[in-house]
Amino acid sequence: MLSYTLKRILNAVVVLWFVITITFFLMHAIPGGPFTGEKNLPPAVMKNIEERYKLNDPLWKQYTDYMVNLGHLDLGPSFKYQGRSVNNIIAEGFPVSFQLGMNSIVLAVVLGIPAGVISALKRNKWQDRTIMFLTTLGVAVPSFVLAAALIHVFAIKLSLLPAAMWSGWKFQILPSVALAGMPTSYIARLTRSSMLDVLGQDYIKTAKAKGVAQYVIMYRHALKNGLIPVVTYIGPMAAGILTGSFVIETLFAIPGLGRHFVTSIYNRDYTVILGVTIFYSFLVVALNMLVDLIYPLLDPRIKLGGKQEG
Amino acid sequence: MSNRLIVLAIIMVMLGTMLAGCGGSASQEQVMRLYMGAEPETLDPDKATGVPDANYLQAMFEGLTEMDGEGLIVPAAAEKWEVSPDGLKYTFHLRANKWSNGDPVTARDFEYAWKRLLNPATASTYAYMLFSLKGAEAYNSGKGSADAVGVKALDDNTLEVTFEKPTAYFLALCTHQSTYPVNQKVVEANGDKWAGEVSTLVGNGPFKVTEWVHNGKLVMVKNDQYRDKDKVKLARIEWILIEESGTALSMFENNQLEYVWEPPMAEVERLKKENKLQLSKLFGSYYYEFNTKKAPFDNPKVRRALALAVDREAIAKNVLHDVHKPADAWVPYGFTNPITKQDFREEGGALFQTNVEEAKKLLAEAGYPDGQGMPPITLLYNTNENHKAIAEAVQEMWKKNIGVNVELVNQEWKVYLASRKSGDFQLARAGWNGDYADPMSFGDYLLTNGGNNWGRYGNPVYDKLIETAQNTNDQAVRMQAMHDADKVAIEDMAVLPIYFYTEWYCLSPKVKGLIYPATGVLNLKYVLIQN
Amino acid sequence: MQLTPDSFTPVTRDNAEQEILRPSLTYWQDAWQRLKRNKLAMLGLYIIVFLLLAAVFGPLFSNTSYSDQNLLQANRPPSSEHWFGTDNLGRDLFIRVLYGARISLAIGIVASLLNFTVGVAYGGIAGFVGGRTDRFMMNVVDVLYGVPVLLYVILLMVVLKPGLTNIFIALGIAYWLQMARIVRGQILVIKEQEYVLAARTIGAGKWRILLRHLIPNSMGAIIVTMTLAIPDAIFTEAFLSFIGLGVAAPMASWGVLASEGINSLRSYPFQLLFPALAISITMLAFNFLGDGLRDALDPRMRR
Repeated sequence: MLSYTLKRILNAVVVLWFVITITFFLMHAIPGGPFTGEKNLPPAVMKNIEERYKLNDPLWKQYTDYMVNLGHLDLGPSFKYQGRSVNNIIAEGFPVSFQLGMNSIVLAVVLGIPAGVISALKRNKWQDRTIMFLTTLGVAVPSFVLAAALIHVFAIKLSLLPAAMWSGWKFQILPSVALAGMPTSYIARLTRSSMLDVLGQDYIKTAKAKGVAQYVIMYRHALKNGLIPVVTYIGPMAAGILTGSFVIETLFAIPGLGRHFVTSIYNRDYTVILGVTIFYSFLVVALNMLVDLIYPLLDPRIKLGGKQEG
Repeated sequence: MSNRLIVLAIIMVMLGTMLAGCGGSASQEQVMRLYMGAEPETLDPDKATGVPDANYLQAMFEGLTEMDGEGLIVPAAAEKWEVSPDGLKYTFHLRANKWSNGDPVTARDFEYAWKRLLNPATASTYAYMLFSLKGAEAYNSGKGSADAVGVKALDDNTLEVTFEKPTAYFLALCTHQSTYPVNQKVVEANGDKWAGEVSTLVGNGPFKVTEWVHNGKLVMVKNDQYRDKDKVKLARIEWILIEESGTALSMFENNQLEYVWEPPMAEVERLKKENKLQLSKLFGSYYYEFNTKKAPFDNPKVRRALALAVDREAIAKNVLHDVHKPADAWVPYGFTNPITKQDFREEGGALFQTNVEEAKKLLAEAGYPDGQGMPPITLLYNTNENHKAIAEAVQEMWKKNIGVNVELVNQEWKVYLASRKSGDFQLARAGWNGDYADPMSFGDYLLTNGGNNWGRYGNPVYDKLIETAQNTNDQAVRMQAMHDADKVAIEDMAVLPIYFYTEWYCLSPKVKGLIYPATGVLNLKYVLIQN
Repeated sequence: MQLTPDSFTPVTRDNAEQEILRPSLTYWQDAWQRLKRNKLAMLGLYIIVFLLLAAVFGPLFSNTSYSDQNLLQANRPPSSEHWFGTDNLGRDLFIRVLYGARISLAIGIVASLLNFTVGVAYGGIAGFVGGRTDRFMMNVVDVLYGVPVLLYVILLMVVLKPGLTNIFIALGIAYWLQMARIVRGQILVIKEQEYVLAARTIGAGKWRILLRHLIPNSMGAIIVTMTLAIPDAIFTEAFLSFIGLGVAAPMASWGVLASEGINSLRSYPFQLLFPALAISITMLAFNFLGDGLRDALDPRMRR
């Protein structure tokens, strides 16, 4: 087990290295740099800037310098926000995005899984139809439309909740709901579909025939197995949601990390691009590892570490 | 399971209804909450570049001069000044003032700040603003010393500035944030970090920063060390630092804000009807840039034909909802001629009119009757709702009026900038805002070797006129030369002017006494909140 | 009861009775039969066919084009003249939605095909082969997940000319990752089940097991993921248009129309309503069809 874990960690490091390297060279390949502006700068001014930020070093040197600093867990200074470090930007933005993301994930799981189960049990009855209709809307209506509608109704028309900003639990409700819409629907649909798969299987039929109580069947047998695709989905989804959504954070003016994934690229703020990418990839890899560890708990027949048979 | 779900749903609804009354507070306190754009890149006046940053800094600092409500340059940190007859030496006499930490503001702080701006190690973008000072460009290029730069504190209250050549617009330039003083002691003690911490962010203006939540808000309170504090009515300013103007508009309509900068264009008609929209002059121009080095736009007749075939009035009215004014010249509204006290643009008048017949004639003369034989043309713009709508309207006008077909291409901002700067375009949308209110900030743009002249327009007559204006200290001669140059540029149709910018914003009727100069930098010093 | 020899008369061979009543059907024929009986699924199919026909032939019956402007008629609400109202340049929104269908439906279909082919094959192989291969293939997915999409989209835009092909390439790089992960997770479960073992013991080949047992049994999750990938792709296209990868203005897809509509939501809500409605109806149709397909393809539902 220990050597398996070690192997996985080594593996994760290699994945991260690939992500960093590809991102590094991609971002230098696209036109424009952090100091490309509408107004052209006199050559002397441009030279001073490039010297200060070491942008006139050869690319390989910038790359190795960056990797060395990364070794010391230093993500470097932001080019755009002068005087701020990338570590500081992540440290300030992540807790906010994490809070918002956790709200939404909990909401999505708490609403999505039961909705999917009900839908599967009441297949083709009105409950199922209603849930499926709502979840279809949930995936067809993008989060920015949902967010705009929520703001319009609850903030402007009813004046129940603040329209934007982030300073207290009241401010969390609308963005959390807007962010949860899509994953809730997805989870409900995945749960329904895999519950239907599982419910049709022989061991469930056997259990039913033996007279095992329905909720025992549901919980002990069906749900556990039915959750596998849901867990697969939640892994990388959680990484995405916890690091913040650009759309929701912009619309609700939330000082999270999500905006930096997009704006850093528009700004060509090289160090921020790399910093948030590394942070996000780290979470993706870690959560996918976690998902692989959860599989055997849900279904003991799944083997991952072992050798391939047959 | 389903029962539990219902209970949960009920709880959610109850929670929702319990949250009544979370709108904004509508108090009579002297507090103003504003949306002026996103997080500042920096609050160091020697390094700031963006429009939001300039606005935040204007509240915290005071330059030698400022612009009044009529667009005239008036004394601010400087009480008065003398100009030598040849225009090469300015002597400023400072008013007694204190930094927000209690230190006295001296001429040495100005000298220090300007030399810091020019220091190559500072790597300041706006260093070039002071390049007309003696020895400034040499110092910034690493070829000269700081001591040779033409700025010197003669004593605590006297600042002497010497120039390479007359710079008649220098007083206008002194309103710009790059010329603000910085507190030498604080900056030297803290290095570049001084502008990042609330405790060391010391200014000489009417307000001082007390709280800075990144991407959240920037809070300022009245600076009681400020020389003119009795005139300052506002006790507190809150700038919200967000990206979406639509979100800011929602907050405004929810009484969470008193001012919103440039709300979405699509909402403008409604905001006008509801009396929520305000307009003020802005010294900026929106135009299409021709690549004059590539066929067919190397031919002035083609350029002129295309310009005459665009109904700019229709665009201003229907696409821009009468917010912006149709452009009929190169230099925009917003600069007051110091001699006649009249707006420079109003003096110059309209330099061309829409004329489809004339356009057809010119196109035929150029060898493309009814657009036939015209090489394929693409119009480049950076992605944005308004740019797109204007491009689509212009495309249709050319097609209908003169039979010229153009293809539209949009690019992400920095890719678009790279395309423009490398000359990889035929026709590109562009905009220009004067950093300081003087026609020269537009005039030198179209010089043959102008650093921003990506269309590579060039005309020796034009260059000569600008040179005349640059080398005189006589405002009358200068203004005449600038007007003549403006006419030459339009005669050649160096660019295709579409509209002159106007600042549009939402302002609560409670706010009185706001000064909005054409440089687009708010002056909040005299604001009073009143019902 | 008395038994007499008469009771044991042999049954006369009746050919009619012996004939197999139900013709032997292949898996796919059977699925089609079941799909046809599902009313909602067929409704979904009809809507999709209708939308496709409308998109291809609809504009031919109109004398106005998606680009015809009338600046004096800008931002008009729906009327008998303009069924969906007009946009900020006075263009007929009905016509624009009709043209937009061409792009958005193409995007939706390509995205689902990509998911179904690349995503399912990739995830299927990774999950089925397992071990080192699985780890390697999933690492590639993780790397592609990690590198910001926006970066290579910008690069693509610079290298290639704007247009639909570009969007397909951009989608091709990233729009099957989710599917690959889901399918791989499903296969990991199913391949350990008894019937797979049974198939193996009677000597079924690897490919036969993968294609005939594992993939059909993962169909539920595959179809849910696929139908959800469609709106995602439609809105991604709007985002790609923003970068400059999309079709050139004045042509506009549903995604672009919707994101333009959001800007004027407070003043002209109909400008968002109709494109959003078009997307939602398409989604509903794809979902009805998807649910029907899911049932139809489920091997356990076979009778």
